Formats: sequence, C-alpha cells, structure tokens
Amino acid sequence: MRIFLSEWRKLRRPTLFLGSMGAVIAVTALIVSLLFLLIDSDTGNAERGMRITREILALSSGITIGFSNSSGLLGLVALCVFAAQTAQEYSYGTLRNLLVREPRRLRLLIGKYLSMSIFALISVIISAITSVALAFALSGTAKVETAAWRTADARVELLETFINVLISTIGYGTIGMILGLILRSPISSISIGVGWLLVVESIVSIAWSPSADWMPGSLLGVVAAGGSPLGVSESLSYTEALIRVSALLLVAAVASGLTFRRRDVAS
Amino acid sequence: MSAISVAGLTKRYGELIAVNGATFEVPLGTICGFVGPNGSGKTTTIRMLLSLIEPTSGSGQILDESISHPERYLSKVGAMIEGPAFYPALSGAENLKVLATLGGYSHDRVPELIDLVGLSGRGGDKYKTYSLGMKQRLGIAAALLPNPKLLILDEPTNGLDPAGIQEIRDLLSKLAKDGVTVFVSSHLLSEIEMISEYLVMLRKGEVIFFGKTIDLLHRSRPIIVARPESTSDLVKLKNLVDSVGHPAVIDGDLLRVDAGEDWSAELNKLAFENNILLRQLTPVRPNLEETFFEMTEER
Repeated sequence: MRIFLSEWRKLRRPTLFLGSMGAVIAVTALIVSLLFLLIDSDTGNAERGMRITREILALSSGITIGFSNSSGLLGLVALCVFAAQTAQEYSYGTLRNLLVREPRRLRLLIGKYLSMSIFALISVIISAITSVALAFALSGTAKVETAAWRTADARVELLETFINVLISTIGYGTIGMILGLILRSPISSISIGVGWLLVVESIVSIAWSPSADWMPGSLLGVVAAGGSPLGVSESLSYTEALIRVSALLLVAAVASGLTFRRRDVAS
Repeated sequence: MSAISVAGLTKRYGELIAVNGATFEVPLGTICGFVGPNGSGKTTTIRMLLSLIEPTSGSGQILDESISHPERYLSKVGAMIEGPAFYPALSGAENLKVLATLGGYSHDRVPELIDLVGLSGRGGDKYKTYSLGMKQRLGIAAALLPNPKLLILDEPTNGLDPAGIQEIRDLLSKLAKDGVTVFVSSHLLSEIEMISEYLVMLRKGEVIFFGKTIDLLHRSRPIIVARPESTSDLVKLKNLVDSVGHPAVIDGDLLRVDAGEDWSAELNKLAFENNILLRQLTPVRPNLEETFFEMTEER
C-alpha cells in the first residue's frame, strides 16, 4: 500500500494526470466523432476504411463501437505513461532513493504496476463516459436510432466492452513497463514501443499474415474488440487471443522482473 | 556493536576489481570520513552497503544486520548517494512526501526537515528550479527522513558555498552528538579532518587505513619548515642539513626538512654557526590532505 500510494503521488501531478486524461478525451472524441460524422462517407468511418452503417450503430452493441475503436490509442497513452514512469526512475536517478526506502525490488515493482493500472482504469472510465456521451450527442446528427442503447442488453455490452478495453489498455501499459525496465530510457522505451505496435507489427503482418495471430498489439486488438477485428485471422477467438497475449506478457514480465531484481543499480 | 562492519567485501566487474577485500568497522555514534581518490571504490562500497549492487564476495553488517537482508536495516538508515536525485516536476516538499510515503514515515517531518536544511520558503517550489546547493540540501533532508541511526552521505557538500558547508558540518556534528552514526565521503579533506573522529581510506579498491583520524595523522612523520632571511642561502642550508643526515627539499623560499620537532634547536644552531639567519622555523605535522596524498600517491 505504501508503494502504491507513493507512486500515486507522482501519477496525480496535474501536468501528467490532466495531460493524459485530456489526451484520452481528445482521442476518444476524435474516433467517436469520425464514426458518426463520416457515416455516409465512401472512404469509411472506422479503422482501415471500414464502414460501420447506421443499422449496425443502432444495435444494442452500437453504443460501444466508438469506445472499442478508441482502445488502440488508449493503449498507446497507457504504454507511454507506464514506460515513462518506469524508465524515468533510471534517467532521473531516483530509483536508488526508492530502493533504499524499499529494498524488496519485486514488491516495489508490483506496487508501481498496481498504481499505474489504477491510472489506466481511470483513463478507460473517462474514455467510456466520453464515448457514450458523445454517441448520444451525435446520434441525432447522424440519424442513428438510439432506442436499443437504453436496453439492458446495451448495458451488458457496455460492461463487457469496458472490461475488454481495460484489459487491452493495461496490456499495452504492461508492454510499456517491460520496455521501460529493459531499456531504462523513457524516449527509447516509448519510441520503440509505439514504433513496434504501429509500424513493425503492420509490416510483418502484411508480409506474413499468420504472424498477426501472435503479435501482442494485434492480440490486444482482438481482446479490446471482444473478437477478431480487421487484419487478424477470423479463426482466432477472443479466449485464444486473451490466453496468447497473457502468456506473452507474463513471460516478458517475469523475465524483466527477475532481471530488475538481480540487476545492479549503478547510476 | 559497530554501525558498519565489513569483511573482505569485493566487487568485481569482469576483469576490473572495483573494491578488493575491503575490511573495516565504523563505531556507533561517531562521524567517520570515507576518503580516497576518484575511482578508488568509495561509491561502489556505499552502493554495496545500501544493497544497490550485490557484492561479488565478502560479508558485511549494518547495525548488526547482514547486508544480504537490507529490508532489516534500511528503515534505520538515511542515505544520499552520488548526489541528490529527485523528480524535477514535483516540488521539494512533494518529493520528500513521495519518499516519506514509501518508507512509511510521518509527513509531519517534511516541513521540519525543510527548515532544518535551510530550505524554508522554497519547499513548495519545483525541484527543477533549485540551485545545486538547494538540491544538495534537499538530498540531505531526504536522508534524514527516517530519523536514522546511521547516515550515509556521498559528497554532501558538493555545490554548497562556504556558509552552506559550515552549516552541514554543524548539522553532522549535532547529529553525531545525538547518537547518529555518520559515514561521510568527501573530497574536501579539510572538512573531513575537522569533523571526523574516524576515517576509512581507500586506494585502488583497497582499504589502506581505517581507525581514528588522529592515529593516522600521528603516523605521518612531522617536518620542519625553515625560511632563511636571504633566499640565496637556501641551497647552502639544504646542503648543510643533508650532510647531517636529514633529507631536505626546497619549496619556493622554504626548506622542508625531514626531521622531528626536537631537531628544531639543532637546525637553528647549525644555521647560526654557518652565518645563515633564519626568518622562520616551524615544526609542522602533516594535515590529512598531505597524509592522504602521501598515502595514495595522487599528488
């Protein structure tokens, strides 16, 4: 609890907290706005030129589409925060202060992780509120029926999507934290993480499509969408994706955690 | 019981031996200086004591607890190592609260410590706006957070002006009087000599002295400094002194004679008999800096 609260003191500073939450609101608003305002566009209104029609949006699951589509960018925000908060302990030299006050290194790491996960939870809540509010606000302009959004089914869909997006966001954050531990530099961790997820995974998937079923970014996309989104083999179920990405992240997290536990803190 | 006790402590990085079989003890309630040239292994030793790096071999105890169980003693240890390190975007007070929360210490100590180290009125300012001296003071405040029984400070006076150095010296002396053991490394040997009752000296990773500072100073041979009225007599005086078996060196307009205080009268007589008038004749015991250079051969 001490470690959690200590980390939270750093996370709640206005520039970081308000800046990150502002980015979450902006990203969510952009994606939901494009979804509704480009509904009649020939170039599509969702990721990779995909078209989400009025009929699909009017379903009980329609209320969650904008929120779910925001998950990738929400994940990138989480990756940046987790990576920066972890790696800057090395770049500022503050890690030695922390380890003198809490020498049980794995405990320190877990406390930091939990604190950052709460930060991710708040960002997902804010994204959910923003997307739902904006969906209702733009439904009139886009001429989308909202009757099904007020049903119990819609609430269940929203809860499921919330959980999936949360898992995905924390997954992206975990990747950021692992990179921060390994690379010990905020800039390197963020640039390599974002570069991998946005560029390298896409190139590798285009060159050899089955690889998408094993790429952490693609797998987290499947989890966030509650099933296979575009570009990922349709045979890959939500459960398979969740198991695969959990296994990948668990192995990487254990390896980096053990390295952190043993590694000399020499600067 | 010793505050610090290490035996055969060694840290090896591949072929490089940063610390080689360090063995020393620091008694409780004393101020102990930790000196050595750059790269002699001081910071590596401190890192091992604080469990930041793992020794290759050897053992150590801090406040009667093994250094392999840092969780048992670090709550009673305050430390500042390799200069102050804090979060630039947080204020000085907020930085201390981060560490106080982590260590489970009362936040009431934060304003108290900020006043103690002379940062009154600046605790609410962001750390990135602090001068080097202010950062150093905040580092000392952070080290004092746990109300430590042992304080380990690595170059605490870096960046401080003379008044600041004196304040820190007084603070450390006061802490020692209150029973806190202070283990302090510094390049300011005159400061160390003034405040340290005990001393650990390192050279090339090896401990070349540990014990009372006064014992080290008494170990060095005293010299006699003579200044002839006329500098043209310097060489003549040197030859005279050399001829009676006391090696001497000319240093500017002075002659430094390798001899004890009791030979001063003889030297005065020798000079007088050879028509050399002396303007100065002073027996000198080498200070810590001279002893340090002599022992570490780093002049």
